[in-house]
Amino acid sequence: MIQLDQLTWSVSGRTILENVTVEIPANTYAVLMGPTGCGKTTLLEILCGLRRPTVGRVLLDGVDVTELEPRERGIGYVPQDLALFPGLSVREQIGFAPKLRGVPLTEKKQQVNRLAEQFGIVPLLDRLPDMLSGGEKQRVALARALAAQPRLLLLDEPLSALDESMRAEAVALLQRVQQEHGLTVLHVTHSSSEAAALGHLHLRMVAGRLEVG
Amino acid sequence: MRLNRSNLCWLVLALITVAYLLFWALLLGATATYSTPDSWLQVLRSPEIRHATFLSLLTCSLAAGFALLLAVPVGYLMTRLEFRGKSWLDAALDIPIILPPLVVGLCLLIFFQTKIGKVIEMAIPFTYQVSGVILAQFVVAAAFAIRTMRGTFQHLSARPEDVALTLGCTRFQALWHVALPAARRGMLAAFCIAWARSLGEFGPILVFAGATRMKTEVLPTTVWLELSVGNLEAAVAVSLFMVLLAVLVLVAVRATGEKV
Repeated sequence: MIQLDQLTWSVSGRTILENVTVEIPANTYAVLMGPTGCGKTTLLEILCGLRRPTVGRVLLDGVDVTELEPRERGIGYVPQDLALFPGLSVREQIGFAPKLRGVPLTEKKQQVNRLAEQFGIVPLLDRLPDMLSGGEKQRVALARALAAQPRLLLLDEPLSALDESMRAEAVALLQRVQQEHGLTVLHVTHSSSEAAALGHLHLRMVAGRLEVG
Repeated sequence: MRLNRSNLCWLVLALITVAYLLFWALLLGATATYSTPDSWLQVLRSPEIRHATFLSLLTCSLAAGFALLLAVPVGYLMTRLEFRGKSWLDAALDIPIILPPLVVGLCLLIFFQTKIGKVIEMAIPFTYQVSGVILAQFVVAAAFAIRTMRGTFQHLSARPEDVALTLGCTRFQALWHVALPAARRGMLAAFCIAWARSLGEFGPILVFAGATRMKTEVLPTTVWLELSVGNLEAAVAVSLFMVLLAVLVLVAVRATGEKV
């Protein structure tokens, strides 16, 4: 379960997030909507530890992780631009987190192959990010995040770069991944149809405040 | 085509550009035709010039290598971390670029006469030594390498490094595994620019390391020594050789996709 306790984030005297308080139960697919610039990405960055809140706490399964480094939180993050590592092949991208954890080579290979099969990207394993389409990049970014075995997955408009025909397929993939991995997901989107198809819990951010509805 | 005002503007700007390039072509052409290729080769084969060439290549490569080792962490820090007084530090890093070269040499000479400098010289002698040539080249070249690396990291999105942090990296690991591989071309460009800058360094070397033949003489010193004894043909041959090296470096930097 994720608990955000009165989170506030201000910069240069301007308050971006104000007293954000919410609970997202475990294994829930939560969708967060709101106008551009209202602080959705900032909230995700505070959750995964890339920004420190001005005030407030982030609790994961009851543990206060506000002061922890991003690597200590067990939170996967897929940003809007997907941020694949330039110069690393798909295989290296997915194997990145297992390698850091010191997973033995054979086990790492198995993990990479399993995720590649699950996401249908086995033929792409030796390609570089520049040689992938938008949909392929999105699958690689998801597989890379899941290879770290996170408890919580944060997705920042992950389908925005896909055309309509690919979105339905991607939505089905996200549903399947959430169920198979027993994940708690917080998914930022501008699309009402995407939110309706995926969300168990619907959150809306307006002027830095969070509403559940 | 009708010559309207817009076309006329472009034509004038193009003429200015061509005139500037033509001026440079004339300068180099005049220098190149001052003597013959045979006399160039004869000069370049002399033991003194060969020694100066070897020393230049060696010291420039070492100075550029050290400059890159400094430029990567400093460039990364200045790009990725926001802190109070950053703009002042940023300006301070450019000081070696704006300082008169002779002043840089004088500063080095005086520093190594202080207590700290003398202690350092007990371990590694610098003044009027080959190591002094490398240090004199390094202090100026490093500022150019830092500027290049800063530009490189500015053009690279910090987002992949952020993602790497969430995947289990420390900040240092994110720099090592994600930022540096992505900055390879910029690093090569920074090395080349530092190398080219070191090759042309003269003032600080003359003041701090001296111009002793077969000891601390590098190519720019050779040009000066030959000019001072009136041997213009030798000065021209060495100058043309340096132009060739500079052009090769420029081509290498352009091949990396970075701009000088």
